Amino acid sequence: MKLPIFLDNHSTTPVDPRVLETMLPYFTEKFGNAASRNHAFGWAAEEAVENARKQIAKLIKADPKEIVFMSGATESDNLAIKGVLDMYKEKGDHIITSSTEHRAVLDTVKSLEGRGKASATYLSVDKFGMVNPEDVRKAITEKTILISIMLANNEIGTINPVKEIGKIAKEKGILFHCDATQGVGKIPVDVQDMGIDLMSFAAHKMYGPKGVGALYVRKKNPRVRIVAQMDGGGHERGMRSGTLPVPLIVGFGKACEVCEQEMTKEAARLTAMRNRLEASIMAALEESYLNGHPTNRLPGNLNISFAYVEGESLLMGMKDIALSSGSACTSATLEPSYVLRALGVGTELAHSSIRFGLGRFNTDEEIDYTIKKVIEVVTKLREMSPLYEMAREGVDLKSVRWAAH
Amino acid sequence: MAYSDKVVDHFNNPRNMGSFKKDEEGVGTGMVGAPECGDVMKLQIKVQNDTIVDAKFKTFGCGSAIASSSLATEWLKGKTIEEAQQIKNTDIVQELNLPPVKIHCSVLAEDAIKAALADYQKKSDGELTEAK
Repeated sequence: MKLPIFLDNHSTTPVDPRVLETMLPYFTEKFGNAASRNHAFGWAAEEAVENARKQIAKLIKADPKEIVFMSGATESDNLAIKGVLDMYKEKGDHIITSSTEHRAVLDTVKSLEGRGKASATYLSVDKFGMVNPEDVRKAITEKTILISIMLANNEIGTINPVKEIGKIAKEKGILFHCDATQGVGKIPVDVQDMGIDLMSFAAHKMYGPKGVGALYVRKKNPRVRIVAQMDGGGHERGMRSGTLPVPLIVGFGKACEVCEQEMTKEAARLTAMRNRLEASIMAALEESYLNGHPTNRLPGNLNISFAYVEGESLLMGMKDIALSSGSACTSATLEPSYVLRALGVGTELAHSSIRFGLGRFNTDEEIDYTIKKVIEVVTKLREMSPLYEMAREGVDLKSVRWAAH
Repeated sequence: MAYSDKVVDHFNNPRNMGSFKKDEEGVGTGMVGAPECGDVMKLQIKVQNDTIVDAKFKTFGCGSAIASSSLATEWLKGKTIEEAQQIKNTDIVQELNLPPVKIHCSVLAEDAIKAALADYQKKSDGELTEAK
């Protein structure tokens, strides 16, 4: 077993060797511009791009013509929201989204709101992090033009009832955008069945390369139109100008193909491994709390708060395991995780959270090591924690008057 | 963020981690911070003849907070009350090479020292009054 262990597969994933292999020729001998229509180099590149488009479309049950290549899911979220708002501003300016969306969605909506270009409703979620479809229905106004709800959450892995939301959107004639970055390739996604009109996802979350993603844009029932946010050569049917990164797209396509073929087996393996990690930790460490939905979540996701210890110090104690925490100390904003806060998790427990993200290349041996290390480090840090000591002495920490700073 | 070697050393080998009984003679206890802010430090000193003969800490917080309090206990031992008052958060920042985002950890450690000293003073003043 090699150290450090990578257990942060929600942040990114390594490129699968099978993916890399298909990409390599497109850096060197097949380096053409897919938009060059008049020579063999261009034709080879175009053929590769169109093949990838088919592989990607197949994974999400879409038509290849509905796939628009992007630099990643952040750009897809931006284009979906801004593009719809610009196109349909005569109809209205109201967007419905949720408080646990990724910042690529939340900050896009907030920025539009701030500039007076949109009004928004941020739906709250239940204690498991799930959006209630009936809340979506109730939030709809005459001005609503877009519903943007994520498929699966990046911190807690909770999977939203997307199909029910899609049904409501269709019934009301409102476009439905879904940020499916964490879900595509991990769980079955069917844009027809789920009633999705626009969908964002990226290659690097599913063992493809960084720097490429896609926006699914529905062509039929209804035909979705968006205003491009990038002007230029009119690539991607005018929706996203810019020379296509052919090697990345080829890798994206192959990554989708592998996911499609192996998803069922891989999901079962990751779920079993994740459940073992969860059960072993929970059995050994009292006052450890699961964040997110107990069953309805991504196969490789586990998010736990360890009372009385702070997340960043946990990460420091387990520095040979790559993990992430909802602690303020680990975030750019110096605020504890807004996702956990939205679930009603107390600030002190948000500071104490660790996210385990299991992926394709993790082994049982790595999980054994992680279980041992987590138990050892949490126990050590609890011994060091004045809060743990007070709790042992029977002090109710909530009744203490802390000197805030 | 990469930690300095000294922070890592204090984190892995904390000095003087533990507790004295609060009501023990000559013990001053300082507890600062709040759980919802992500850090709480408890710092204790044991004083004999105006000199700090022992110090202990327990900290809930990030690695830099743990290191700051561990270092503080090291520095406190052997100092007089007067000398202990002089310890500044900037000394801790310098010794541990704390980056700007971690300066509040050193401030908290200074506050904890001040609180422990004040608690000791209050207790010993009380004992004096009782003796009279």
